[in-house]
Amino acid sequence: MSSLQSLDIRRRSATVTQSPSQREATEIAKLIDVSRCIGCKACQAACLEWNDLREEVGVNVGVYDNPHDLTENTWTLMRFTEIDVDGRFEWLIRKDGCMHCADPGCLKACPAPGAIVQYKNGIVDFISENCIGCGYCVKGCPFNIPRISKKDAKAYKCSLCSDRVAVGQAPACAKVCPTQAISFGTKKDMAAWADKRIADLKERGYKSAGLYDPPGVGGTHVMYVLKHADRPQIYAGLPKDPKISPLVEFWKGVTKPLALAGVGLAALIGFFHYVTHGPNEVQAEDEEAAAKARRTPAE
Amino acid sequence: MGSMKITRRGALKLTAASVGASTLTALGFSPAQAQGAVRAFKLERTTETRNTCPYCSVGCGVIMYSVGDRSKNVHGKIIHIEGDPDHPTNRGTLCPKGAGLIDFINAKTRLQYPEYRAPGGKEWKRISWDEAIDKIARHVKADRDKNFITKNADGQTVNRWLTTGFLAASATSNETAWITYKAVRSMGMVVFDNQARV
Repeated sequence: MSSLQSLDIRRRSATVTQSPSQREATEIAKLIDVSRCIGCKACQAACLEWNDLREEVGVNVGVYDNPHDLTENTWTLMRFTEIDVDGRFEWLIRKDGCMHCADPGCLKACPAPGAIVQYKNGIVDFISENCIGCGYCVKGCPFNIPRISKKDAKAYKCSLCSDRVAVGQAPACAKVCPTQAISFGTKKDMAAWADKRIADLKERGYKSAGLYDPPGVGGTHVMYVLKHADRPQIYAGLPKDPKISPLVEFWKGVTKPLALAGVGLAALIGFFHYVTHGPNEVQAEDEEAAAKARRTPAE
Repeated sequence: MGSMKITRRGALKLTAASVGASTLTALGFSPAQAQGAVRAFKLERTTETRNTCPYCSVGCGVIMYSVGDRSKNVHGKIIHIEGDPDHPTNRGTLCPKGAGLIDFINAKTRLQYPEYRAPGGKEWKRISWDEAIDKIARHVKADRDKNFITKNADGQTVNRWLTTGFLAASATSNETAWITYKAVRSMGMVVFDNQARV
């Protein structure tokens, strides 16, 4: 199997028993330092270019967000917020896109076997050939990231450039960033780099600067350095404590295996009942009852 | 509908079969295991060519990736451009314009050959490079012959030419810049600027 894959798989969607494997990969991460971002959108351009996607020319509605939302083509989007923070005007720019959760809600919600996979290095990838376009991943995602294509009715989102990472290259957005707002490396190194940045921000008066690596989804492989880490919501609605929807957790986590166990049990009981009791045969008293019923029809 | 008829019993059987099949799949008896292979790395065997981004005066280094290996019968085509990590200016990074260079070189509106519009004319006409260079040289020579100043009012030798200017591009190596400077100054041209003043 390994010869068919360039990245080892940790788990795949709609697969009850994950195949065990020996090799362990180094966990990678992308760190987005929001305080260094100038909103130039080089990452957006590089993403479209690398992934051979193009966005339609849109309409300006008075904000810098372009396009206005993530689409099946735009896998990363600069979201701009103009806001008063503690009496100071701030222009917050956040690069939105897939967070590559350690506990991915999209993968848990997905009913198509192998349509969403999580590689051992932490990347959560959509395998389009297996996607059935049901849109469950959209509901399962705590960050509202996947988008369904109108062209082929399949779900699309950032792949963290799994094709580049597989050959030892950084994602296109991370490589292109001219202000070092995006960096890429092992998750450990990125956390250490974030600590330095946070210490620097604190020294410059941003007391609540911190790392966004939400534990509610097991941590993420795309992390943010935020100047106001105590209020992530002000960064264009970044959830404070993202969690997979309890409906998804309940339905896919408890109900589905229980229901499947019930189905299996019923089949098993049926089999044993057949073996021990044999098929249901028409008895003499049944014939009599039927004859009686024919003679005295119901009124 | 055609002549195909489905009996009630047949429909029930079909339903039972499909429910059974999907239940088996759900229970883990799937017909084929899903393999997860990432998209093939598209630059695997492309030809790499270094260049300088043509936009602004920062002069970022880029690598152009083209299909083919420059063999005689293969017509190369640039499929991807990204920053040159070994270039001291940008070390692999680019701005959004540089990151989108592939669409710039493939643009329908890109000027790819010399065009000439006669004075007072409205139509642009395609001309050859030789024709264009001859035309420019002719104009330059005529203007220089007419307006070249060898001596100023005090009789000092100045050798200057003020009626024609030169605007150079920014995507220039040190060597190109040196040659440009020498060519322009050797003709006595004083009005000389560069796109570096963006």
